[in-house]
Amino acid sequence: MISLAARDIAHGLGRCVLTGMGWGLLLGVTFSMAGIYRGMVDDAQALLSNSGADLWVVQKDTQGPYAESSSLPDDAVRGIRALDGVAQAANVTYLTMQVARGDTETRAMVVGFEPGQPGEPPFLIAGRLPVRSHYEAVADRMTGYRVGDRIRIRRHDYTVVGLTRRMVSSGGDPMVFVPLKDAQEAQFLKDNDAIVNNRARTAANPALNRPGVPGLLDAINATQTSNHNVNAVLVRLAPGASPDAVADTVRRWKHLQAFTVAQMEDILVAKLIATSAKQIGMFLAILTVVSAAIVAFIIYTMTLGKMREIAVLKLIGTRNRTIAGMILQQALGLGLIGFLVGRIAAELWAPFFPKYVLLLPGDAARGFAVVMVVCALASTLAIRVALRVDPAEAIG
Amino acid sequence: MSTPQNPAGPQGIRIDTLRKRYGSGDTAVDALKDVNMTVAPGEVVGLIGPSGSGKSTLLKCLGAIIEPSAGRMTLGGDVIYDNGWKAGDLRALRRDRIGFVFQAPYLIPFLDVTDNVALLPMLAGVPNAEARQRARALLDALDVGHRAQAQPSQLSGGEQQRVAIARALVNRPPVILADEPTAPLDSERALAVIRILNTMARQFQTAVIVVTHDEKIIPTFRRIYQIRDGQTVEETGEGRAI
Repeated sequence: MISLAARDIAHGLGRCVLTGMGWGLLLGVTFSMAGIYRGMVDDAQALLSNSGADLWVVQKDTQGPYAESSSLPDDAVRGIRALDGVAQAANVTYLTMQVARGDTETRAMVVGFEPGQPGEPPFLIAGRLPVRSHYEAVADRMTGYRVGDRIRIRRHDYTVVGLTRRMVSSGGDPMVFVPLKDAQEAQFLKDNDAIVNNRARTAANPALNRPGVPGLLDAINATQTSNHNVNAVLVRLAPGASPDAVADTVRRWKHLQAFTVAQMEDILVAKLIATSAKQIGMFLAILTVVSAAIVAFIIYTMTLGKMREIAVLKLIGTRNRTIAGMILQQALGLGLIGFLVGRIAAELWAPFFPKYVLLLPGDAARGFAVVMVVCALASTLAIRVALRVDPAEAIG
Repeated sequence: MSTPQNPAGPQGIRIDTLRKRYGSGDTAVDALKDVNMTVAPGEVVGLIGPSGSGKSTLLKCLGAIIEPSAGRMTLGGDVIYDNGWKAGDLRALRRDRIGFVFQAPYLIPFLDVTDNVALLPMLAGVPNAEARQRARALLDALDVGHRAQAQPSQLSGGEQQRVAIARALVNRPPVILADEPTAPLDSERALAVIRILNTMARQFQTAVIVVTHDEKIIPTFRRIYQIRDGQTVEETGEGRAI
């Protein structure tokens, strides 16, 4: 027995392909939404893995440094380095801000790091790491910067000396790595006017400017113009050390919060992007329903256009299951075309998204299954109508 | 071309006291009242009558599309209705025992000419190759073999109707029901279609009923049934040579 569906599709191939393309582009949007969610999760995981840390030590009672603000003294790292099981520990700062290149600004996460320590860019795709103590930067390629570019962070200009990739914040902003001291200054140091005003305010305060205590005012002013805070201490453990045990020690004796990789992943994936994930999930559900409705209308309309042929087929003895099979196969054929167009479209436009879009083969397989099920369900309406056609309609 | 023998035997169509009532009670309408009719194998008879006389109802009853209310119908020697359907599978009955030719050819637009004809034997379980071979033989006999690979939309009206006749004949049914088969055709083509039906009826020993209003072809029938107010009256036609 010949495949009536295949013949019908082949007969109206152009119309079928165009219809499939239209529907496929909508599917492409659906796949892209799934890819955006996957990209967000992957960004979060890349942020953790690229930091090279086994533990994140942050301000007590906070879930910093990515999900909440965290501030701790930069000398806390010394005590942490001395703990059993700690191989390396380093201060880092994170500050999401506008970084200027010429007249254009880029939203970026500025990371302060110490060379050779956890927190530095794990690999470069161009240039080198900073070798000077100040005013050199390494940027993620998503910033659009090139080696040799001059960028402005707060009050200082920096030279981009290296490029890296897949170094983004949990929000998808590309990272710019600068020496720790520069980053601390960028994050905590006030501008000159604010410092002058603050000094005047301090000098006017009789409690801080006592006549009988020489040097007090200078000491207080000195604390206001320098800052020794960081956002987190990244810890790399010695081989065999238990992350949970070291984290417990930090919490108990250092009065700080410590998170293991699993805990930090939970914060980033389950908490930080939870709302976005729900938003995308809702959008995906709506898109799936809309896609199903559209394919149902398409199949229904295609079937309505063949009522006379269906009546003739029934009159000459075609079984109901053959007619139902024809409509179902057409729906699945349309689904296949739509899936291929959608998948290709999603792959083609993914690089143009400002955020990372990760299209996983597993998601594609699941998407294909969903598309086929949606098409099969969508065809039931058309099948129902077709099976109700009276063969007498062929006679009139 | 070899002449396939009609497997239906010597009987054609026989209808006895067939009735069809639509609705019930005060609103009941008797579309057919005591219709009697016989058509011998190889014979082509005309069925004429004004609109609303019951022609279409009779055709639908004969075509096992609607169920009569009472009476008896025999097709190809088999009683298919005797105050109730005797055939178990009406769909198979239509496929294997009745050929239909419509006012318009109603070919399946997405199948080529050969497959339009071969579809019926395929539906009956005949292997594709054999079904196509059977279809091509018929198309050759009807002088449309050269269009076997064409799409229906590429054929003229007369060619399409010949393909429709081939489709009606391909399962070698004992009966063909033709509903206004010449309506859209000019005189020459209309007479050609009737000529073909006559030739094929004789060749395949098929009983053919042609429902028509077409003044051009009515004189060609030897026997005509006129249906009026749901009752048939047999008349002798001119049987003009075509």
